[in-house]
Amino acid sequence: MPLIMLSSPHAHGGDSVRVIMLTVILALLPAAGVSVYLFGWMAFLLIVTCIVAALLTEAVCLKWMGRPVATVLDNSAALTGLFLALTLPAATPWWMAVLGSVLAIVLGKQVYGGLGYNIFNPALSARVILLISFPLQMTTFIMPMSALEPAINLYDFSICATLFFIGPEALNLGFDAISMASPLGHIKTEWTVGVPVAEALAAYQYSYLDAFLGLESGSIGETSALALLIGGIFLLARHSITWHIPITYIVTVLVLAGLFNALNPDQYASPMFHLFAGGLILCAFFMATDPVSSPVTPMGQIIFGLGCGILTWSIRTWGGYPEGAMFAVVLMNCAVPLIDHYFRPRVYGHSARRES
Amino acid sequence: MKGGIIMPAMLRKIAQRLGMLQHSFTGGIHPDMHKVTAEMPIEDCAIGSLLVLPMKQHIGDICVPLVAVGDRVLRGQKIARSEGYLSVPVHASTSGHVVKIEEHAIAHPSGMGLPSIFIEPDGLDERDESLIPILDWENREATELRERARTCGLAGLGGAVFPTFIKLVQDKRFPVETVILNGIECEPWLTNDHRLMLEHAAEVLEGMGIIKHMVGAESGIIAIEDNKPDAAAAIQQALDDRDDMDGVSVVVLPTRYPQGSEKQLIYTLTGLEVPAGKLPMHIGVLCQNVATSKALYDAVVLGQPLTERIVTVSGDALAKPANLRVRLGTLMRSLFARQELEDFTDIQIIHGGPMMGERMKQPDVPVVKASTGLLAMSAEAMGAAHTVEQACIRCGHCSEACPISLVPNLLADQCRSEQFEKAEQYDLFDCIECGACSYVCPSNIPLVHYFRYGKGQVALQRREQVFAEASRKRSEAHENRLLREKEEKAARRSRVRKTHAPKTDEAKADETKPEKKAAAEPAAVEESK
Repeated sequence: MPLIMLSSPHAHGGDSVRVIMLTVILALLPAAGVSVYLFGWMAFLLIVTCIVAALLTEAVCLKWMGRPVATVLDNSAALTGLFLALTLPAATPWWMAVLGSVLAIVLGKQVYGGLGYNIFNPALSARVILLISFPLQMTTFIMPMSALEPAINLYDFSICATLFFIGPEALNLGFDAISMASPLGHIKTEWTVGVPVAEALAAYQYSYLDAFLGLESGSIGETSALALLIGGIFLLARHSITWHIPITYIVTVLVLAGLFNALNPDQYASPMFHLFAGGLILCAFFMATDPVSSPVTPMGQIIFGLGCGILTWSIRTWGGYPEGAMFAVVLMNCAVPLIDHYFRPRVYGHSARRES
Repeated sequence: MKGGIIMPAMLRKIAQRLGMLQHSFTGGIHPDMHKVTAEMPIEDCAIGSLLVLPMKQHIGDICVPLVAVGDRVLRGQKIARSEGYLSVPVHASTSGHVVKIEEHAIAHPSGMGLPSIFIEPDGLDERDESLIPILDWENREATELRERARTCGLAGLGGAVFPTFIKLVQDKRFPVETVILNGIECEPWLTNDHRLMLEHAAEVLEGMGIIKHMVGAESGIIAIEDNKPDAAAAIQQALDDRDDMDGVSVVVLPTRYPQGSEKQLIYTLTGLEVPAGKLPMHIGVLCQNVATSKALYDAVVLGQPLTERIVTVSGDALAKPANLRVRLGTLMRSLFARQELEDFTDIQIIHGGPMMGERMKQPDVPVVKASTGLLAMSAEAMGAAHTVEQACIRCGHCSEACPISLVPNLLADQCRSEQFEKAEQYDLFDCIECGACSYVCPSNIPLVHYFRYGKGQVALQRREQVFAEASRKRSEAHENRLLREKEEKAARRSRVRKTHAPKTDEAKADETKPEKKAAAEPAAVEESK
């Protein structure tokens, strides 16, 4: 009988880490499905590669650390792999995906002591390392659903496998031929040469509906706001996450964007644009809510969401990189221990003032 | 949390503050209730062949036996007197002979024992009629009724067994305005209070009247959860049948664990929080369990000391659960035997409910005043609740479930790494050990266990500190005394020398330089020897 110790309570609700992780994986399935629909075999290969690499790395780490290797089945490594894949551009070569997964598991998680002890969101920290190490590949996005040009038919397995495992050179293509900037990158570049946001977007043939459905370019999992929202609402309904982080995060970005857009619409994009652009919704519902690297208490979560929102919008607007969501989350991850300490809820029977 | 959250906690709090919503405590959980005995009337449990009465069945000081081996005792006869203020006496729960007075295992998870009086019943069940029933309690002094509550051995029957008479006090500085009778019974499996309210509604209510009279309270609330509508209806009916119960009402609350916890219930009913380190009476509230109220009625109106209680015998390993009226001192084994459970292999016994109850090492333990329920749980059920602890993923479910807004995962980390000072800053000692955090933890971390460990270690450190402080003071006092004696002796000697001794040069010098005197004195003493 597995009785480790017998102190009350002698009843348990039945929740488990496995099920919690599985719930998040399920919630990501719409986004993963849409990514395969939009980017064809490229997305499929990327997702499978990342998950397999993450699982293998996790197993090796556990073995080395002398922990039970069966822990790999707690779904957390698979989730990290899936997360990473969804934040990568479709044209990411296989070795970069594998490297990212290894970094996510080793540097993102196991060096801190494994599940539960990491400071940063493992997938995001790996994504940030990749972005800094390979800025070109990480900001080169393929047009979604490009089935028209025969050379890069995303729905042809052999072409995709060649592109993924060997590279665009094998198809006699430069990256330029198959890529385009993301809307965020586009308006940023254009503004540096003085083109107002509205004109830049018109030239880009940007539409809010396309952005909402996911037809704009971007990392494979972040393009479709619709699919991500479905997953996010599923998580909220299942009580896997609470509203505090995603809602404060998104509202903060919207308010900041709205404020500055009202001041100078030529320089600052509209709130709607910010909402659907880049990885905001993915980060708000899935990355920032990663339990391990986010605050525990409701008030702390609100502060965390606020910080993520301010940083995301600031980096997008004034930073060197077009997208700031993942930097924002990783930066706020550092602040979590402090937030946890200073924003504890008021304990029953104590006054609001706190002496520590 | 299954079937939980209907409204985000923060919205609910704001709505409560604005008065748009009734107050209700934060957090809490909705465990499976398993109230399989809810429909089963209370049965009288036959008196066994041996009753074992431990000398302490309450929180406080241990009692001293008043009887000797061979004495015949009657039911309700005081057989052990209370020693100290925080204590109530023990009574024989049937007539018979004292056969032994020695240590016997008590209902404690460690399996520890206490001096106990063993009574062999004579089957006559003769009562000690020395206590006179007080029918006109409305006209009696509170102090007289209070003494009756103490003499009759009343202690909180909700399981905490705090001596009842101590709470039944009129303090001019803290007048009690509201008396709350706790009929929440939020622990799964237990239905003893449920059946009591249903079958003894009038007595419970009269007990409420007595309590109100004793503390001079204006209003009274009988709080019942909505999973016991029949009990609420019975109490309401009893209330309607009386016309002297103005200001008393029945409040039905939505079922949520741990609603029955005193502090949580008080907040839900009044919107007031018991300040940390204070008692409910400091905010004008008195809380008693419904069974204690009935026991008070028995003590005052019938003149009967506390010799029996209602025990729910249940659990997933028990084929024939029941609500039993049991004489205190009856061995648990005989209760289970009555319910057709004799083989205890692979069965775990819980004393109390599954959330806060204690696991017993063996069934040869007597039923005491604290025994709300006895559960026989299968190995599978217990195993599912006590699986291997995994790493905390900081999901925050424990913080959400905590009814007093602690952050259990951080606290557990601090207790585990022995950072007790930090844990105290994080309000470790406010934990009520309800177990809601452990219940929801997906990593199966025994959070409450860590808190108990932490509290125990801090208590130990404090005791050691007090001890160290005391011995430091003792040794200081000792040294001071020696020094003083020496000085006094020296002073005496120098006085003697001044009057009688021939004046040496040194002594002359001493007189002229008084500041050097003290330093020179020992030398002078040596010389004079």
